[in-house]
Amino acid sequence: MSIDISTVERTAELSKLYLSEDEKKEFAGQLSDILEYVEKINTLDTSGVQPTDHIIPNVNVFREDEVGQSLTHDELKLNAPEFDRGHFVVPKIIE
Amino acid sequence: MDLEAVIGLEVHAQLNTKTKIFCGCPTGFGSESNTQVCPVCTGMPGVLPVLNKEVLQKTILAGHALDCKIANYSVFDRKNYFYPDLPKAYQISQFDKPICIGGTVSIVADGNPRDIKLTRIHMEEDAGKNIHSSDISNPVSYVDYNRTGVPLMEIVSEPDMHSGEEAFQYLMNLRKILRYINVSDCNMEEGSFRCDVNISLRPRGESKLGEKVEVKNMNSFKAVKAAIEHEIKRQTIMIEDKERIKQETRLWNPDKSTTESMRSKEEAHDYRYFPDPDLAPISVTDEQIEAMRAELPELPIQKLIRFKDEYALSDLDAETLCSSRSLADYFEQVVSTGIDAKKAANWIANELLSFVENIEQMQNFKVTHEMMTELLQLIDSSVISGKIAKTVLGRMVETGNSPKKIVEDEGLTQVTDTGAIEAMVDEVLKANPEIVDEIKNGKDKAKGFLVGQVMKAAKGKANPQMVNKILAKKLS
Repeated sequence: MSIDISTVERTAELSKLYLSEDEKKEFAGQLSDILEYVEKINTLDTSGVQPTDHIIPNVNVFREDEVGQSLTHDELKLNAPEFDRGHFVVPKIIE
Repeated sequence: MDLEAVIGLEVHAQLNTKTKIFCGCPTGFGSESNTQVCPVCTGMPGVLPVLNKEVLQKTILAGHALDCKIANYSVFDRKNYFYPDLPKAYQISQFDKPICIGGTVSIVADGNPRDIKLTRIHMEEDAGKNIHSSDISNPVSYVDYNRTGVPLMEIVSEPDMHSGEEAFQYLMNLRKILRYINVSDCNMEEGSFRCDVNISLRPRGESKLGEKVEVKNMNSFKAVKAAIEHEIKRQTIMIEDKERIKQETRLWNPDKSTTESMRSKEEAHDYRYFPDPDLAPISVTDEQIEAMRAELPELPIQKLIRFKDEYALSDLDAETLCSSRSLADYFEQVVSTGIDAKKAANWIANELLSFVENIEQMQNFKVTHEMMTELLQLIDSSVISGKIAKTVLGRMVETGNSPKKIVEDEGLTQVTDTGAIEAMVDEVLKANPEIVDEIKNGKDKAKGFLVGQVMKAAKGKANPQMVNKILAKKLS
């Protein structure tokens, strides 16, 4: 499977990445190589195999509905580029 | 052209758990911003979300109440998109293996009973809240993550409704059921019940769906109905004018009662769902599913049938009493003391409810079922008349005092003393000789006037049956 420039552009857009023309060409090649490699799996007969939803064969991991510790504003600020009057501040979201 | 509207609803109902879906932060409404957040719900690196057991149980209960098939195997997925209300840049939701499949909500709209089909119910986390600064010199948005990670059930209907009224009835019945089984408060003002509409038009008889428009931002059931009716008109005009309807998201503007195209870029999303490796799949056996079905309380429709059957109530009284579980319980508590069911139904469904704006207010109502029982017992034992009881009930609602105390304090005890009533009757007869003559000449109707005069003299407290009897005796 080969990845064209427009697919790279779309993927970059969804990932909020800004690529130069050279980078787009470079990644188109690399992504094609990766997919080609992974495509080998399609040669296997998986008709009797369950899809893997989870890599660990573990189900039903739950917690009780009990209130735990939340963070304080002072603690939150440590991981916020900007914090003002109890709110995280981000560049204005244009709708 | 004869057009038919096709409507599907997506409802987000907040599960009324104590804590969030994947962490121990509390879920209370109206707390100070960013005080109910922790590393898990703010998406810090290296944290591990773990499913709140109560979220799964309540969703399965809702699935049973709505007649869904409960999946034996269910998985959480990541729905990827960038927006500051979502600190992880993905929402944990369910994609191709939801917990509940199918289901129905029964409604009666415009006199027609119908079963509206559901597609699915899945569990997911809510996103945070953005406040946009209106200051042009400071173009920022403020983000509050208290709501991030609050547990939601998304209830998706099939495109199975055809009018605003059907959608309205669907929402009313859905909310009633979810409240009955105590899985959600369903409070639209507090955002614990939200509804998006998908609507398209097609020529009647056509099986292919038309281009659909999504409408958001309705803050009441009435607004949902109004938005649908507006959108049907708008799309009808466009089709008649041979304009093409484009797939888009529109926002309801409650001030103008119109829908408006969202200004956002016309960029088709690609959520790139994939199974969330942080969360183990859910596996439930048929036995466990059946055991949970047994926990289901009596549903509104079952209660309605039983009330009509067991208490011989009118359709209207039974429907009013069954409209909320707390009101139905209130009624049954009063009846359990031996009070006549029809009498209790009348006093609760008609008199008591005339004092509340909506039935939900019953929960913090001053008049307890014990007080209501006491009031009805006072009528039964002829301490007060039904008329006085209405006055007493009004005072109970105002003061929260017991009916006995109000009757005593305000001297409202019914006069049943024959001598006292005779004296009052004599006074009235003496004051109205011309009326007495009329009655003696056969004008029987004038009796009512005399009864009224006696009741007036007694300030409404005389026992009406006794007044009638004594008056009749004196006039014969």
